[in-house]
This record gives sequence, C-alpha cells and structure tokens, in this order.
Amino acid sequence: MLHFKRLAPIALAGFLTACGGSSSTNGDPNANPMPVPTPDPVPTPAMEYQYQVTVTNLTNSQPLSPLALVLHETGQVWQIGQSASTMLENLAESGDNSGVMGADFVVSSASNDGILLPGMSAEVMIMTTDMMASNFSLATMLVNTNDAFTGLNAIDLSMMEVGGMMMFKPGVYDAGTEGNTEMPGTIPGPADGGEGLNVARDDVDFVAMHPGVVTADDGLSSSVLTGEHKFDNPALSVKIMRMQ
Amino acid sequence: MNNKQLLAASILSAFAATGAQAQDLNISITNLTQGIHFTPLIVAAHNGDASMFSVATTASTELQAMAEGGDISGLDTMLMAASADIQANPGAGLLAPAANVETMLTTTDGNMYLSITAMMLPTNDGFVGLDSWAIPSEAGTYTIWLNAYDAGTEANDEMIVGGAGGAPGTPGIPAAPGGNGGTNGTGVSDSQFNTNIHIHRGALGDDDMAAGNSDLDNRVHRWLNPVAKVTVTVQ
Repeated sequence: MLHFKRLAPIALAGFLTACGGSSSTNGDPNANPMPVPTPDPVPTPAMEYQYQVTVTNLTNSQPLSPLALVLHETGQVWQIGQSASTMLENLAESGDNSGVMGADFVVSSASNDGILLPGMSAEVMIMTTDMMASNFSLATMLVNTNDAFTGLNAIDLSMMEVGGMMMFKPGVYDAGTEGNTEMPGTIPGPADGGEGLNVARDDVDFVAMHPGVVTADDGLSSSVLTGEHKFDNPALSVKIMRMQ
Repeated sequence: MNNKQLLAASILSAFAATGAQAQDLNISITNLTQGIHFTPLIVAAHNGDASMFSVATTASTELQAMAEGGDISGLDTMLMAASADIQANPGAGLLAPAANVETMLTTTDGNMYLSITAMMLPTNDGFVGLDSWAIPSEAGTYTIWLNAYDAGTEANDEMIVGGAGGAPGTPGIPAAPGGNGGTNGTGVSDSQFNTNIHIHRGALGDDDMAAGNSDLDNRVHRWLNPVAKVTVTVQ
C-alpha cells in the first residue's frame, strides 16, 4: 500500500503532462507542426536463439553415437507407429548422424562430434536466428544394439525464456528397421564390431519403444551381448538451457 | 484467516486444481510397445470413490477378467453403477503395437478422475493401466506415460493355451495376436508370489519357439516401461 501511495502522484503527473501536450496542438486549428523526418530504421542485428544442451548417458555399457541435435519449424525425426526415415535408419543402425542433421526440414544442427560413453556428459551449443525454428530434436544410437536409439522429438522451445531450463529423461526407441537378433556381425558397437547400416528392412518397419536387449546371459543363446549391455528407461538425461 | 476462511480457500483450490465441472476431453492413447497388443481399452472418468484398480491391493473379479482375458464387461458394469462416464472399446478391437486410438469423453460433474485399462497380449495377467489421474480444470494438453501392471491373479507361466486361458482362474495365455507365439513351453512359473496388483516384472520368453520354458519370444514379447502414452486435451 505504501508503494502505491508513493507512486500514484507520479503517475497522475504523467497523465496531466500528456493532456497538456496534446491540447496545445489541438487547441489551435492553424497549428502546422513541422514534419519530423522519420529516421532511417537502424538495422538491428538478427535476434539469436541460443541453447546449451547437456546430455548425459545413463546406461551401464551402451556408448552413444555422435549426437544429432537439430532445430526445426516443421518435420519430425520419428513418429511412433510410422516407418523410420532412411536418415533415422542410418543413425539407429550405424550411428551415422549426418542424414538426420542434414534433413530438409532442419534449420540448424549441432553435435558433440564424438562418442558419449556411459556415465559421461556432453555439453553442446545450438543456435539459430530463425524465430520459427523453435522445435528441438535429438537422436543418438545405443551402439551395442541392432537399431536402438534415444533422444527427443520436436520439443517445443517457443515458450522458453532466456535463462529458462527444461529437463527430460528419454527412454529407448527401436527404429524397427533391423531385427533384434543380437547376432555376431550385426552390431556396430565395441561389443561386436559388426555391421552398421543394412538397407534391408527385416523387422516390423515402424518406430516403437525398445523392448530391451535380451543378451546371452538372459536367454538368447545366439546373442553377442552380455548382461553388461542391458539397459532400462530412461537411458538419457537432457538439460536444455536458453542462453540467448 | 479463521477456520471458515481456510476451509473455503481449500475447497476453492481443490476445485481449481481438478475438474469438478463437466468437461470435454480428447484422449489419445498410443501403444508404445514393439510387440504387445492391447485388448479393448476401457476409459472412464469417475468420482473419488470409484476406481478400476489400486496397486498393492487384490484385484477385483472385474479387473481379473480384464487382465486375464481382455473382458471389460465387468468393469463397464461396475463403472456404470458408480455413475462414471465411460468409453468402452474405443478402438473397436485390439490396439496393435505402436498403434494409436483417439476418443472423446464428456465428463459429468464430480467425475474428476480418469482411469484406463487394457490387457496386454501375450501375457498371463499383464495390463496397461492408469489409476485415477486427477483431470485438470485448466484447458490444455497433458501427457501421461503408462506402465505395465501385473494383476497378481495368475502365475506367469508364459504358456499359450488358446481361448480357455482367458477365463479367470484358468492358467495360460489365451493368444499371441501377432501370430508369433511358440509352442510346447514347459512353463516359466507355476505360482504367483505377489498376489496384489504390482508393476509387472516383464516377460521372460526364450529363444526356442518349439520348446523351452516359455512360449514367448524373448526378442519380441518383452517390453520396458512406459508401454503407453496418453495425451489428454482438456477443452
């Protein structure tokens, strides 16, 4: 209340000044105020939207392929129940993020340019001057699997203020493009050193959440994986901070 | 504040937090699994006294019939008796892996809680569930991730025995709708340790479709939580 009383006279004074100012012009029909030249608009530097993304690998023994971070206005990196794009297939089977980062709907992309080992974090900056590119997606392969990946799809950052933060704990998805045989020669990660991309689609051919790896220790005798490679949801922790 | 004011304030805030008034809900349910079907879903808005299931309690016979055989008629009757607003079988049949169904629900006054269940096939008595989610009064879109539960009413023998396995109290799994079940399993388990409703420990399966303990395929019929994503749009 004290503040309001103190402020009130100032506000009133402002109001009166404004009235006085306008009456001097309106009161004299002959007044011909000098035209004020409109100043040339000063080109303001394009507003930059800058996000710091901290990604942590929560798994026991699933290194993550180089991260694909993208900003976009339209498009989806994946949709549950829909066939994976060839870009996503390549990321999920071989860890190659170039297709997702270069997708036609992508406005800006960034990566940590390296393997993110279990228990480790990576900090990646991603930025754009395109106000409409406010959807954020992230994808990375769990390399000791046939076609498992984790990440975020089309998270809306448009309401995020500078200094604002969002946290996510994504689970693991299955690209559905390669059967989860876990056979020697089919897994590109260090557990096997096998094949990456195989363009044949010998699985359900839709994206779903991953059922988990079975491993030889848990009843899949032909698996090259061991109990060390099992994972559960969530597999990832993602912190997004808007810096600018 | 005196007690009366406090009481009034708490009532107001309770009403503000959840939808006491009639509401229109758009509900989207996605099966997130790669290899598990959902039997017909039952979706209901109900009052605080009703529920379809509660963890760490014994399943009702109505819930048991749903979880062992996909039969939602008992739950439907029970919810109608509780004056719930119900959408039974909105997908007109099974909800396949990674498939989605959308439905509308108009709630009546006092039905402030949303519950959803459906049996997971192939399992013995596994079901996907949402228990009494407080429906927000504020318009908006809300996402809920659902887990897999075990009704605790049947041993998880993982043997596919045909339709009879769907009858409450009869062991075995009634069907593997994906057509990818095995045969000649000797049975993973013949007893149920926790007979209350609990988070499902997951299917075990094995890698021999014509023998072994289980008729389930350990590469196909396992899952990790969450098993469903529900998006509720409050209008």
